[in-house]
Amino acid sequence: MNPARVVAIAIRALLRNKLRSFLTTLGVVIGVAAVIAMTAIGAGASARVQATFEAMGSNMLVVLSGASQMGGARGGHGSQPTLTWSDLDAIRGLPAVRLAAPQLQRSAQVMGDGQNWNTMIQGTTPELFDIRNWRIARGRFFDEDEERAGSKVAVVGNTVVQNLFGPYEDAVGQVIRIGDVPFEVVGVAAAKGQTGFGQDQDDVVIIPSRTFRAKLQGGLQQFIAGAVVASARSAADAGRAQSQIEELLRQRHRIAPAGQDDFHVRNLSDIAASQQESARTMTSLLAGIALVSLVVGGIGIMNIMLVSVTERTREIGLRMAVGAKPRNILVQFLVEAVALSIAGGILGTAAGLGAASWLAARFGWPMLVQPQFVVAAVAFSAAVGVAFGMWPALQASRLDPIQALRYE
Amino acid sequence: MALIELRDVTKVYDTGDVQVRALAGVSLDVEAGESVAVMGASGSGKSTLMNLLGCLDRPTGGTYRLAGEDVGSLDRNRLAEIRNRTLGFVFQSFNLLARTSAVENVELPLLYSGVAPAERRRRARTALARVGLAERAHHHPSQLSGGQQQRVAIARALVVEPRIILADEPTGNLDSRTSADVMSLLQALGDSGITIVLVTHEPDIAAYAGRVLEMKDGLLRSDVRRPAARAAPAAARGEVPPSLASAPEDAPSLASAPEDAP
Repeated sequence: MNPARVVAIAIRALLRNKLRSFLTTLGVVIGVAAVIAMTAIGAGASARVQATFEAMGSNMLVVLSGASQMGGARGGHGSQPTLTWSDLDAIRGLPAVRLAAPQLQRSAQVMGDGQNWNTMIQGTTPELFDIRNWRIARGRFFDEDEERAGSKVAVVGNTVVQNLFGPYEDAVGQVIRIGDVPFEVVGVAAAKGQTGFGQDQDDVVIIPSRTFRAKLQGGLQQFIAGAVVASARSAADAGRAQSQIEELLRQRHRIAPAGQDDFHVRNLSDIAASQQESARTMTSLLAGIALVSLVVGGIGIMNIMLVSVTERTREIGLRMAVGAKPRNILVQFLVEAVALSIAGGILGTAAGLGAASWLAARFGWPMLVQPQFVVAAVAFSAAVGVAFGMWPALQASRLDPIQALRYE
Repeated sequence: MALIELRDVTKVYDTGDVQVRALAGVSLDVEAGESVAVMGASGSGKSTLMNLLGCLDRPTGGTYRLAGEDVGSLDRNRLAEIRNRTLGFVFQSFNLLARTSAVENVELPLLYSGVAPAERRRRARTALARVGLAERAHHHPSQLSGGQQQRVAIARALVVEPRIILADEPTGNLDSRTSADVMSLLQALGDSGITIVLVTHEPDIAAYAGRVLEMKDGLLRSDVRRPAARAAPAAARGEVPPSLASAPEDAPSLASAPEDAP
């Protein structure tokens, strides 16, 4: 018999019992749908993690100053200023570092247009906008000249604009006061949303670092009252940039090889990578669970095929009597099992794609169906059909025609 | 050389504790074109003989040569080929596939002999026409009467153009009138040169055959040949209702075999 004919006969046999065939495939349908939906969800979550970290700044490193120690009580990183402005210049000269900028911070009350708002003031240099992928919504960033001159200009985040001027007012050109110092708003930063940790990145006023030092920071002018952020030349360079910075600062701060560092470098690429890794692990875990349900579906097929062999014992006997060889019977039942499981695979793919796009729309994730998982799920369902169809088919092919014909 | 040659054939079933000797040594020659009825009480070994003749089973001892080939030495695949090409089966319970049209039931043996689909359909229709059911090709078994179903089964046996048709109680599930129709049909096939072996326990059915074997306790008890096979329906006539007297005595055309009462 030619293969197309065998398949046609198998499909006819399955269609004789439509409801049962459908219910039998349901296990595989659910299994395949689950694999596809789960992997799509996992990929979407992973892409979202990536996007979050890209918003924070790609290839970004944060250099924090050391921990303070006062009579046995140790502060956290950054509590003791140890980084100097000349450290920053040295970091800017490292080969693996593309840009570096100071990030001076303190919270302050800001006034404007009759309202006031407590927010985070950041003093920095124009490189920061580049390092942190910050885009401007209206107006402009401040520039190098304004940094050098210590101009009283500010770029404000969206949350601050909302709270001082309301949603409809253009803040550019307005004057805000930080303490009693007036600043001209030259730009409004594009909304960045929250960090992965729930921190509002738009609740900020950014001013030149020289202005920050002169007007908002008292004392210790040679130290950076905050952190240094830097970006590596590429994602692959992030690790190298980190070790170069560590080595440089150890030298500059004269720390003995066994001594305690008085600074700390955080590599955000590492955090992003580990987050993605955990998303991937989650995806594999979910896909694994889904695969288990596929195997359960396969057992359902085996069960029904065994029932079918028993029910059709006389038919098998008759087919043998009129000339079917054991191999013909084996192939007939095996093809039925595989047809069931592949039909389940195809229906499951459709259901899985539907579920994935629904979930993607619901959670606002990108819909990332991974074709290799679709192919793998369908191939696996066919393999399930062969694996679980083999035993019933062998049973059928080994029947004795005389007994089979007599079977009631 | 006879078409069927049994020499001292024995068949022993091993049921664990007890060995059942179903055939105790049967020797038999059946020439091509003969029609043979095998009679005997249940347990006499006639079904076992039938299974052996039908190549569904192999003898425990002795030799069975079918058209010169020693069946005892063949494997399952070769036996399946012989069943497919040389033999046609007719069963008491028809054994048609449910929810499958008459013509597809008739095609079934051809599926296993590598005949192309168009040729298969053509031959199945021809076989159905030979049993007088050309118009019912697309009826399912549930839409056919018992006699019609058995004629579909006969068409299925015929479709491979077998040398032998083996009929195991072919009228066991039929009333006497349709029995006569089915037997006339088988007899006409015998007249056309096909060897017929039928198992029955009814003497009036056996009377259609030109040769009657009687079995008891796994042995052949008697082997009676009637000189003229034509005599068979006449002999049967005395025992069936008068309405059957109109059954065609010489069945000139198979296609004209009488239609069953619906």
